Amino acid sequence: MIEFKNVSLRYSNGVEALKNVNIKINKGEFVVIVGMSGAGKSTLMTCINRMVVPTEGEVIVDGQTISKLKESKLRALRTQIGIIFQDYNLVKRMSVLRNVMVGRLGHTSTFNSLIGRFPQADLQLAMNNLKRIGIDEKAYVRADQLSGGQQQRVSIARVLTQQPKVILADEPVASLDPPTSHQVMRDLKRVSKEDGLTTLVNLHFIDLAMEYADRIIGMRDGEVVFDGHIDEVTEQTFEEIYGRPIREDEKRGDAS
Amino acid sequence: MKRKKTSSSKVRLFKPSFYIKLIGVSAGVLVLYYLAIRQTNASLARMLSAFPIFFRMLIEDFFPPDFGYFPTVVNQLIETFNIALISTTLAAVLAFPLLFFSSSTLNRHPLSYGGMRVVLTIVRSIPNIIMVVLMVAVVGLGSVSGILALMIYSAAILIKLTSESVESIDERPIQAIKAMGGNTPQVIRYGVLPQITPIYLSHILYVLEINLKASVVLGFVGAGGIGQLIRRQMSLFRYDRLGLIIFVLFLAISVIDYISQTVRSRLA
Repeated sequence: MIEFKNVSLRYSNGVEALKNVNIKINKGEFVVIVGMSGAGKSTLMTCINRMVVPTEGEVIVDGQTISKLKESKLRALRTQIGIIFQDYNLVKRMSVLRNVMVGRLGHTSTFNSLIGRFPQADLQLAMNNLKRIGIDEKAYVRADQLSGGQQQRVSIARVLTQQPKVILADEPVASLDPPTSHQVMRDLKRVSKEDGLTTLVNLHFIDLAMEYADRIIGMRDGEVVFDGHIDEVTEQTFEEIYGRPIREDEKRGDAS
Repeated sequence: MKRKKTSSSKVRLFKPSFYIKLIGVSAGVLVLYYLAIRQTNASLARMLSAFPIFFRMLIEDFFPPDFGYFPTVVNQLIETFNIALISTTLAAVLAFPLLFFSSSTLNRHPLSYGGMRVVLTIVRSIPNIIMVVLMVAVVGLGSVSGILALMIYSAAILIKLTSESVESIDERPIQAIKAMGGNTPQVIRYGVLPQITPIYLSHILYVLEINLKASVVLGFVGAGGIGQLIRRQMSLFRYDRLGLIIFVLFLAISVIDYISQTVRSRLA
């Protein structure tokens, strides 16, 4: 589904964010990428929808080499890739349902979206996705009336409404408290399994990674230093990825 | 626990160079004041001596106001309000599309952005009285010239005020819409408009307040409405009628300011 072939990326300020990365992610996998901040986790993700372009190597998504795509094809590809942001990135003054419908924009003609005319089927889809994450009773509430955890779950519904093949979640729970973090991660894992989506999540909390990942990719200084199934992972593995003992603040804590 | 001594030298709140700057700037401002007073020949004694004359004029000439003149005043006041209303509405419609060309967040094309800015600055630098005089020369006396002049002027103000708000909106939702494959019109419709619509409406109301006052002044130079009435009655030395006009204006402007401010505080 997603393949990195000898990918290196050097930013214009000389920082080597990725060094010869080779990974292959299969359809339907729930992959968590761990590593300290600055390890290259976000860069790896932004390569996938070409918000940044690698200086060397190829990124292949769903059979397409994305560095070669033209602008119009790139937009088509981006509709296939759903993104969940750390700060939710909802339009605060808009209702929850309208925010979720933003996920449909890539599938709606410009004219119809400008006058706010969406097919009933799309509205049904959006409402149904809100139901799936249990927030449908807030559909007509303004997004800024919701708590952080609720807003992040709305952004999950938005991504689902996009009907993507891939979900990228960059530190989705970094701004949330422990119980809410668990709920968001549970919802995310459940819906991506139900829809058979390939999901990549950046996390720096190792207990969350252990609990929800199918597979863990560890990064340090732009290199992939670990790649394995969750069964192979112990706390020892994380100490190897981080290159030092694990600190208590690198765990998010229990759901309760 | 004893407080740890960090350093033996005294800690100052400001750097020494700050005091030098403060003295320099204060001296500069004082020199400006001195020059201003010399140039304008302003003296406190002269200003104070004007007050008794003014006071006598108020009592002897303005009172009692000529209430029989009330229907005419209200009639002209409505015309003034309509000039303000129409010019503000036209300005709002005219400014709306231009708004997006004149904010750097959305228009990354340096030539059209820079061009927009230059045109706006030129338009705003022309006092609206001059604009009306020009318009009167073009379309003749009456309210149409006032409407045209106010429309151009207030469109420029609206663009200036609101494009600054566009530049300070939350860009994260825009990033999200782009990442999901939305195109520029969709980004504007779903990422920008929901954030700026209340601000824009509030600015429109504010411009309506300004235009109401401006259209009184503009009437004075021939743009119709109550301003024209003031001018006529002044040249006839009918201060009793002038008193009534000022009183009615005061009431009308207060009421509209109050309504506008109440609505605007709800919008924000």
